[in-house]
Amino acid sequence: MSKRIDVKDLNVYYSKFLAVEDVNISIDARSVTAFIGPSGCGKSTFLRTLNRMHEVIPGARVEGEVLLDGDNLYDSAVDPVTVRSQIGMVFQRPNPFPTMSIRDNVLAGVKLNNKRISKSDADALVEKSLRGANLWNEVKDRLGRPGSGLSGGQQQRLCIARAIAVSPEVILMDEPCSALDPISTLAIEDLINELKSEYTVVIVTHNMQQAARVSDKTAFFNIAGTGKPGKLIEYGETTNIFNMPSEKATEDYVSGRFG
Amino acid sequence: MSTNALKRAGGAGQSGDKIFSGASLAAGCLILAALFSVAVFLIIEALPVFGADPSEITGGDGFFTYIFPIVIGTVIAAAIALLIATPLGIGVALFISHYAPRRFAQGLGYVIDLLAAIPSVVYGAWGYAVLAPQLAIAYDWLARNLGWIPIFEGPASQTGRTMLTAGIVLAVMVLPIITSLSREIFLQTPKLHEEAALAMGATRWEMITMAVLPFARPGIISAAMLGLGRALGETMAVALVLSGGALTASLIQSGNQTIAAEIALNFPEAYGLRLAELIAAGLVLFVITLAVNIVARWIISRHKEFSGAN
Repeated sequence: MSKRIDVKDLNVYYSKFLAVEDVNISIDARSVTAFIGPSGCGKSTFLRTLNRMHEVIPGARVEGEVLLDGDNLYDSAVDPVTVRSQIGMVFQRPNPFPTMSIRDNVLAGVKLNNKRISKSDADALVEKSLRGANLWNEVKDRLGRPGSGLSGGQQQRLCIARAIAVSPEVILMDEPCSALDPISTLAIEDLINELKSEYTVVIVTHNMQQAARVSDKTAFFNIAGTGKPGKLIEYGETTNIFNMPSEKATEDYVSGRFG
Repeated sequence: MSTNALKRAGGAGQSGDKIFSGASLAAGCLILAALFSVAVFLIIEALPVFGADPSEITGGDGFFTYIFPIVIGTVIAAAIALLIATPLGIGVALFISHYAPRRFAQGLGYVIDLLAAIPSVVYGAWGYAVLAPQLAIAYDWLARNLGWIPIFEGPASQTGRTMLTAGIVLAVMVLPIITSLSREIFLQTPKLHEEAALAMGATRWEMITMAVLPFARPGIISAAMLGLGRALGETMAVALVLSGGALTASLIQSGNQTIAAEIALNFPEAYGLRLAELIAAGLVLFVITLAVNIVARWIISRHKEFSGAN
């Protein structure tokens, strides 16, 4: 498990509008990489191109290459379904399936493609995934209850359990804590720290303290102005980005002097 | 003297509130009153039937023997219609909401909605003049090749004016109802849940079975029930298409009758006890519809906590 990602000369378009321009970045396996930057700078858009989820948006397309351990995601013979089963995603708002129980939510991805799984294997996987998401103790007595009955933070951890149940190579997180309270946020951050021993984690966040707390490397994205494409300004060790950035724009942003 | 400054703030808004709540209460009561008065009318007018001597009832064997075949006929016609229209309607709705290119989907949506605007007498005439003769050929084939199945037992009707034809015409009539409602519900599936499924590596069909259909389940049931209501009560189309008669198992012979068509065909000449009979038949139809709706509500409420409404 866990592979590295190399992005080469990636441009992202919404129809004719260039949203993100010329990104080159290498994301290490078994590490946490944070994307920071102001709203609208294209970091979420870019994150989505790492598992081809941008294709859900009508008109969105990319130019360039994204390599998962050397294999191009955008090769014409590659099915986005395969890509997404290896590169999982956790969204900004918790989205467990409301029509499924907690247990079925965890197993949702495993049951795809008509895969059969025995009850004992399923039970073991549910426990392992929920333990992996630090949720087991809170829900073990109500696995048959609807997932939508949990608190926001629990729902988000359920979504993480659902993502890790399929043993992905990479987990993408799009502002996973922005809808959560500080205590739930802390729980998720602890979890991210544990996840990186097994998975490659990429997280988009608006919270710079969060980026500093959880990530090994940080990428700063910025936008020159409305209608201009977002660009990767600086990428490096998180400590360097926050303490001695080489770009003026990065320094302005991380020190709060952005304007 | 101290006055509470918080009292009587925003008087205009308050009266607006009162008027609106009064109006909506009145509207609610009006519906109940209308339903109640129809029920009372049916019961009072039908009463003579239940006191009458069995030999006086049409057929000469009492009301139950009279009503039973046409109740079965009604249920069969509606069941055929739903069996055809529900899967087809869901399929068309899914195509419009999740598969078709946007512009084409809109056009198709309008056409489907237009189907609902066609008067039932037109459907009846079309079924009688166009569909039935075509189907007669198919029925002949069915009788020869699948005649050992009771519902396809021959000899097939030469005119094609059979229960199956009536059911198919009804299916076309309820299709727009089921399609339009299902489509609206499919379109309301939260993007969040669709993306959750896709991000796990679901194909489009898996996304639909995982996120769209479970979310839409209560809505699909409601849509099917509205369709069923129309199919159960449809009069003109059945009266025109079906060459009615005694209850038969075969759907491709002439025979069978539905309550609504029975009432419509006999009402003009009915008086006295015969009139009471037909109204009693209407009462039975009313009860069937009510029972079906109660069952549907129950099915929906059974899964309430998994509906995502909490």
